[in-house]
Amino acid sequence: MTIATSHRIADILTRHEQPILEAWLREQLVALSARQDLISEADLRRQSAEFLALFTSACRSGNITDITAPEWKQSCSNLGNVSRSRATQGFSPSETATFVFSLKQPFFSRLRQELGGDAAGLAEEMWNATVLLDKLGLYTTEVHQKAREEVIKLQQAEMLELSTPVVKLWDGIIALPLIGTLDSGRTNIMMENLLQSIVDTGSDIAIVDITGVPTVDTLVAQYLLKMVAAARLMGAECIICGIRPQIAQTMVHLGVEFGNVVTKASLADALAYAFRQIGCTVSKQTSRS
Amino acid sequence: MERIPILKVGEFLLVSIQVDMHDRLAMSLQDDLTAKLVATRAKGVLIDISSLDMVDSFIGRMLGHMAAMAGALGAKAVVVGMQPAVAITIVELGMALTEVRTALNVDKGMALLQSLVAKSCSMDNHDCHEK
Repeated sequence: MTIATSHRIADILTRHEQPILEAWLREQLVALSARQDLISEADLRRQSAEFLALFTSACRSGNITDITAPEWKQSCSNLGNVSRSRATQGFSPSETATFVFSLKQPFFSRLRQELGGDAAGLAEEMWNATVLLDKLGLYTTEVHQKAREEVIKLQQAEMLELSTPVVKLWDGIIALPLIGTLDSGRTNIMMENLLQSIVDTGSDIAIVDITGVPTVDTLVAQYLLKMVAAARLMGAECIICGIRPQIAQTMVHLGVEFGNVVTKASLADALAYAFRQIGCTVSKQTSRS
Repeated sequence: MERIPILKVGEFLLVSIQVDMHDRLAMSLQDDLTAKLVATRAKGVLIDISSLDMVDSFIGRMLGHMAAMAGALGAKAVVVGMQPAVAITIVELGMALTEVRTALNVDKGMALLQSLVAKSCSMDNHDCHEK
């Protein structure tokens, strides 16, 4: 039974490939009318034609129920590529799935034309085709989702790279300006960067500026204290600065304490303290008149 | 059995840990160090751990103990050259080693030791004058 139906579907697809493709393209253009900035009609035509050809040959193989089978491998990988490229272009999941689902209408109307006289046969074919296209549509959404997740992961890694610069302020003084929320992953990377910079520059003093940290709760304070303790083990003194008025208040209300770590209100105060520690003095030049 | 050499440099002792520390070695180092401190009447100990790239809680505690033992014998101890990864590990193990003085390298450690000893000497002299 399955063999026979698959032959019928493959047969109809083969005989009417061109008209189905045209109707399918029309459907897609209507569905994507608002997104014509993202993909050109020529690209759409090329993608659709490629997929329809692979889809037809896969149907001809006789298996129209299991898309994980080897006969479907090529169609699936083609569909995966389309889905991935759409995910990176910024299409939404439903717009991506429409690529497959919009094939239903032209295909079904063709089925109706061919099998109009045989009600039972038509119903069965329609059911088979629906199941198959639904599976392919879901597969598209899955790939789309995965591609988006990859994009997010990549962006996160880039953010981590960007957000942890260690700057040398003076001979023996380095600063770590923290920006954004601190979590354990970021703190570890920052700590490694800071400690490596202490080794590389031979610094005695590290200034950690938390002006850009939106909230300081007990967990963030713990991360900072860990950083300070590790820097101290390397022989460098840490100064925490950039504590905003609201942060100071929240810290006291939460009972967060930095213990005997030197804390200053601004980076300028911290730098002045650091200069005193290493025995540098900064003085204004008296005007010679 | 292998031993970690303890070198006398001026009025200080220099301990350079170049091999992987195992627990027996650590215990024998403590014995040797305390004996040498008493024998040489050294005023300071410099413990160089720049080649140490693996620590556990025992070694961390041992560093703290050695500093405390030196203190009990009237000497200052400075741990120098800790690797970033080692520092992170010790902090993650929950040992801040606040009682241990540290410096980045042997140079800085020696300078710190000299200033510490000079300070304590001047305090001793000060006490003598007062008596």
